[in-house]
Amino acid sequence: MSILVDRSTRVIVQGITGREGTFHAQRCKEYGTQVVGGVTPGKGGTTHERFPVWNTVDDAVAAAGADCALIFVPPPAAADAIMEAADAGVPLIACITEGVPVNDMVRVKAFLARTASRLIGPNCPGLISPGKAKIGIMPGHIHKEGGIGVVSRSGTLTYEVVHQLTLRGLGQSTCVGIGGDPVNGTSFIDVLRLFQDDPHTEAIMMIGEIGGSAEEEAAAFVKAHVTKPMVGFICGQTAPPGRRMGHAGAIIAGGKGTASEKMRALEAAGITTVSSPADMGATMARVLGKGK
Amino acid sequence: MKIHEYQAKAMLREFGVLVPNGDVAATPAEARAIALRLRGRVVVKAQVHAGGRGKAGGVKLADDPSGAESAASQILGMMLKTPQTPPEGIKVLKVLVEEASPIATELYLSMTLDRARGTHVVMASSAGGMDIEEVAESHPGKIIREWTDPALGVQAFQARNLAFGLGLTGDQFKSAVSLILGLFRVYLDKDCSLAEINPLVVTRDGRVLALDAKLNFDDNALYRHPEIVALRDTNEEAPLDVEASKHSLNYIKLDGNVGCMVNGAGLAMATMDIVKLAGGAPANFLDVGGGASPEQVENAFRILSSDPHVKAVFINVFGGILRCDRLAEGLIAAIKKLGLSLPVVVRMEGTNVELGRKMLAESGLNFTTADDMGQGAAKAVELARGAR
Repeated sequence: MSILVDRSTRVIVQGITGREGTFHAQRCKEYGTQVVGGVTPGKGGTTHERFPVWNTVDDAVAAAGADCALIFVPPPAAADAIMEAADAGVPLIACITEGVPVNDMVRVKAFLARTASRLIGPNCPGLISPGKAKIGIMPGHIHKEGGIGVVSRSGTLTYEVVHQLTLRGLGQSTCVGIGGDPVNGTSFIDVLRLFQDDPHTEAIMMIGEIGGSAEEEAAAFVKAHVTKPMVGFICGQTAPPGRRMGHAGAIIAGGKGTASEKMRALEAAGITTVSSPADMGATMARVLGKGK
Repeated sequence: MKIHEYQAKAMLREFGVLVPNGDVAATPAEARAIALRLRGRVVVKAQVHAGGRGKAGGVKLADDPSGAESAASQILGMMLKTPQTPPEGIKVLKVLVEEASPIATELYLSMTLDRARGTHVVMASSAGGMDIEEVAESHPGKIIREWTDPALGVQAFQARNLAFGLGLTGDQFKSAVSLILGLFRVYLDKDCSLAEINPLVVTRDGRVLALDAKLNFDDNALYRHPEIVALRDTNEEAPLDVEASKHSLNYIKLDGNVGCMVNGAGLAMATMDIVKLAGGAPANFLDVGGGASPEQVENAFRILSSDPHVKAVFINVFGGILRCDRLAEGLIAAIKKLGLSLPVVVRMEGTNVELGRKMLAESGLNFTTADDMGQGAAKAVELARGAR
């Protein structure tokens, strides 16, 4: 089993006629995801690379029964695209777009709170339930179906950990990239709760990074509610304070949000932490007694 | 992005936030002319993107225009060193000359994002002039906070709560309320990540004004603020950082000797971490981004290797959108063009990895390859050591 997405998920791509939208819609479809079409305002009624295109998300939901939106629209229009999908009642929205202004996300988050939609991202790789559905930009072939739930704020570092797990024969139930921005939709806690409740997820790998306090809040949740074995890593141990390390959210401010503080919080919650990012997969194997 | 105090104060004036009268000068003669216009005592302040200027000798009082001229001649051209500057300091190219304000009370006011709550927070404190992190540590009760509605922003009642909380009454109370509302308009309209007034002062003649002003901006929102982009001062940034930003590369110079090139911010941070664990020190943070072209890879390589401290290069790429063959193409082109002699360790994985490895092997160039990031980091650190 898996969380959030599986073989029955029906995906529309917002911004499907753009370069990235086109490319990734095809890759997702090749992986086996049901990509039912896309939305580009003004191009409704046309067909793009054999995908039907609608003018609005409402139309796409009515015509194709879409229940997931994957967003590739550029930063100035991303907030609007998220709100349009939520307003159309799409339950799951994954926004890949990097560079959405923080103020836009503050307003989007308040808007989403009045709907039943869940947002993953923005500035994230999306999510994948290996062997079932890939809704995002991750390379599908490195994944393997199995029992490890992966949740991370990073993109390529998530690929790295997945690769390490797969090499050791440890497949994944679902991998969720929650995104590197300071204000995002789904949090670590939301995903941890889903993994805890998913009978087929046996263990959880959590990858955090410097900045903010999301990892500390997640650790408190883990202590109280998560009984499954967990391995954690925080990147940015060598990051200098006050500098934004690529991700808008990865900045150590006023001496807060350091990697060592976060590692301590994870350890205090009973999570096995890894100091080297090369040992993430091996540590999970050891924790599960599946050393290889 | 950061701007100078004089630029921030000009922006505050536009939004009706009261600041001392003054102007910016690049020469002592200009400073004298401004002081002449202002009349009376003036304060001459170094304009650099760093706090702690007063203690470092970057702020001087002057009684008259000739005093302002000599203060400016002392400050202009100096390498100002504060705890917030690089160790060698920042060269002062401009000073702000403004009327000296007779201070009765120093207060604190700031606005920023509260990440955990996903909305803006306005903070005020009667402990002005102090480092707010210190106040939060030693006197947490002295900080008053109001969280804004994410859609509506700060409301008048919240501004009143803050002004009352600061112990203000009468006309000063009214001035403070309007200043808080005005500053929040700046903060929101200009997409600030931080608006900080420290100190906010009550003068002996009863005015409430922003004696200092710090505005930082959300880089993601700069596309809609060309007027802010125009205020960028590249004198404040490391030259390689400036060069990298021209090519849309995320580069931050650090002080080690292992140059790192990685795709993705998280993996880039993790790569710096593993270099340190292998006993070395990273020379930089460099994220070439998800969809880098061979040209971008080439630029990235040129920039990181032009840091004279770099003794070895570690390239760690997990191909997703960035395919390994395109990485190899850019890398081979860069090394051939630059005629580089630095040892280069390449670890790549993911999309088209076999093709990429084949291209490197057949290039006739001397790459060291690694099977995983731990081994790659160890090899790069060893090579950097050997090259010393």
